[in-house]
Amino acid sequence: MTTITDPPQGAFRLSMLINDTRYRSYTFQFIALLALISAFAYLGSNLFSNLAAAGLNISYGFLGTPAGYDINQTLVEYNSQSTNARAALVGILNTLLVAFLACVTATVFGVVAGVLRLSNNWLVSKLMSFYVEIFRNIPVLIWIIIIFTIMIAVLPGPRAFRGDEPEASMFLNAIAFTNRGVYIPAPVWGPGSMLVVATFILSVIGVFAYRRYATKLLYDTGRLLPMGWPSLAILFVPTLLIYFVMGMPIGLDYPELKGFNFAGGIKVGGPLIALWFALSIYTGAFIAENVRAGIQAISKGQTEAAGALGLRSGRIMNLVVLPQALRVIIPPLISQYLNITKNSSLAIAVGYADITATLGGITLNQTGRAIECVLLLMLFYLTISLSISAVMNVYNNSVKLKER
Amino acid sequence: MSDSQTNSVAFVRTDPIPPAAPPFTTSGPVKWAKDNLFSTPAYTLLTVAALYVIYLILSNTLPWIFNGVWNTSSLAECREVLQGVSGGCFSVLTERWNQLIFGFKYPVEEYWRPSMAFLLLFVAAAPVLFYKLPRQLLIITGLFPFVAFWLIWGGTILAPLIALAGFIAGYLVYTRLVTFSFAAGFFGGIAAAFVVWIVGGELIPEGASENAWLAPVASRDLGGFMLNMMLGVTCVSLSLPIGIALALGRQSDMPLIKWICVVFIEFIRGVPLITLLFVASVMLAYFFPPESSTDLFVRVVIMITMFSSAYIAEVIRGGLAALPRGQYEAADSLGLDYAQAMRLIILPQALKISIPGIVNIAVGLFKDTTLVSVISMFDILGMIRGPILAATEWNGVYWELLGFAALLFFVVCYGISQYSQWLERQLATDHR
Repeated sequence: MTTITDPPQGAFRLSMLINDTRYRSYTFQFIALLALISAFAYLGSNLFSNLAAAGLNISYGFLGTPAGYDINQTLVEYNSQSTNARAALVGILNTLLVAFLACVTATVFGVVAGVLRLSNNWLVSKLMSFYVEIFRNIPVLIWIIIIFTIMIAVLPGPRAFRGDEPEASMFLNAIAFTNRGVYIPAPVWGPGSMLVVATFILSVIGVFAYRRYATKLLYDTGRLLPMGWPSLAILFVPTLLIYFVMGMPIGLDYPELKGFNFAGGIKVGGPLIALWFALSIYTGAFIAENVRAGIQAISKGQTEAAGALGLRSGRIMNLVVLPQALRVIIPPLISQYLNITKNSSLAIAVGYADITATLGGITLNQTGRAIECVLLLMLFYLTISLSISAVMNVYNNSVKLKER
Repeated sequence: MSDSQTNSVAFVRTDPIPPAAPPFTTSGPVKWAKDNLFSTPAYTLLTVAALYVIYLILSNTLPWIFNGVWNTSSLAECREVLQGVSGGCFSVLTERWNQLIFGFKYPVEEYWRPSMAFLLLFVAAAPVLFYKLPRQLLIITGLFPFVAFWLIWGGTILAPLIALAGFIAGYLVYTRLVTFSFAAGFFGGIAAAFVVWIVGGELIPEGASENAWLAPVASRDLGGFMLNMMLGVTCVSLSLPIGIALALGRQSDMPLIKWICVVFIEFIRGVPLITLLFVASVMLAYFFPPESSTDLFVRVVIMITMFSSAYIAEVIRGGLAALPRGQYEAADSLGLDYAQAMRLIILPQALKISIPGIVNIAVGLFKDTTLVSVISMFDILGMIRGPILAATEWNGVYWELLGFAALLFFVVCYGISQYSQWLERQLATDHR
């Protein structure tokens, strides 16, 4: 009755490679390995014979030679005699800059639009779904070009600011919107300004410490300390005190019209603004949908249960709905950030010097090192993507529903 | 209570008063507006702000659209007609219509061919999109790629015929061998198809395309919105089967197969499409045999297909993971082998779950076809930014052209997403 059918103990036969499930997977993998190796060998031999025929080789020596072109928007020291590697670094920093700026503003747009789309106000929610549908269904490249065109065609040139009765004037006498870019005041760091900055950083730490202390007090004793105004006071009062005690060491360098162009201040180039704004408003539409889905994913029972416990509506949102909604919202939000980083490569269409435009554009065309440039370019984006998804995995594991 | 029915009271109303209309403010549009637009001061403020935004948008665009000029031959003439009034110069659309749709090099007398292919696309897509249509229509869908290829590129009819013959031979061998085992049928079918293609390729005589019924058109002559449609349709339909294979491979128990798929998917998903297009335009040619000259269109199709199949694989993997474990176990307990279990039980359910995701990828992919303008292919955006805006008579007509391109994409993408929502409702078999 209880005999167990043992697996056949016979000797290994060649036909078992195909017919026996224990060995079949090895056969398949062996075939796949062979196919993979032969595919790579075939492509590699093609590559080398093509390179040999064209008299080329693979070498990264071009990274050390002078780039020979100028870049109009740089975050680090750069001139046309700098090396190609330096140009690539400028490009990397520019990519990261526009990606960071666009992530911040896209989140703001997305959260506002997503929350307003759920609003009971019919007109506002319809307006927001109009925004979401319009931006989600039209290619981002078209948006980038449209916004770049608005910058060029609608904003006044620097010459419009000249004369006694200029056609255009600076916003608050500090910010100039021109078709070459936006000029904003630059901070001037005088002696003692480091002290102010240090105080400010300490204040930020202080705010966190205070809030942690208040939460702990609430949980331990049930006493509720006010959170809002003490935080603001800790944040600003010491910094302002030090600022005035040190004799206002941080000043602003306002942009001024000199000759045909503005001088002083910081120039934020038109391509950067077009790319930044287009990416944030386009991705904002996607984030709005994520936010809406996240909030709607929280069942109404949660809100009602929290209400039954006697929580006020603000606290229901903060303590019950948002922590659960964030678990749904954040993974797609981070993949939207990843999309922004990858879409920032469209900078090449408006002439913003990101990594694709420097390394994959001008350097590639000038040196003819197509394979090397494209490989480096892919390596850069791959590094960014993989590190962001590593961060995301850590986060996902930390907020995962702990089932027991 | 029976006392009250005596006649002691002078007047008793015997019929009920007709119901009065509810107060003005608690019904109809006023109540609706009160509830939905002005319920609290904050909402009132929001409503006013929204109305102002709508007014700003409409007051700028409506006159521009209604004063539009449709029949001049240059921007300067447009401005003369308008005399300073705000109005769009839509004549660029009518005058350059052919260029926007077909590109600037496609032979004018052959425009009927892509148009015909476009119409056929609807016929071919109908049985796939609407599963209630008779299944016999799927034959048209099967024939469509070959007919469309022949219509658009022209040349000898032998090439698409032999391609079709290869598929038919592969299918026949597959049906014959699949009773023996799925693997034998699958690989036998592929082998048969390749035999037919190679033998058939030798059979096509030299110069067969010279005096063909349809004059041959080179790939580099394709352009305009037609190019976007072609790239979108081709790449989505090619990437579906590849994506399914990759998703299954990623779920596989065999570590080598699994890792090949994981590395491929993560690599493709980690880089922007534009770098892959750079690969297509400057790098891929190095990997082909030295004597062959694969044209740019094919190289771009290869790279975009790789790109979208990686994304589709991830969507389908989500669908596979969403299936309860019991479905896999039920298939095993019925004694189905891997291929049968996948074909009959797992994939139909997993694909149904993944439909919204797949449609999202398809819409995204169709929008991304505009990126080919960066590697100097003249799709609709390439046409606008290149030949049309560079022409002296239309230099400066940004809004009309970009708006037209945006409108085309909006119509297609919005239509697809509405279709997918309809399909989801149709396929919802769970009881809610």
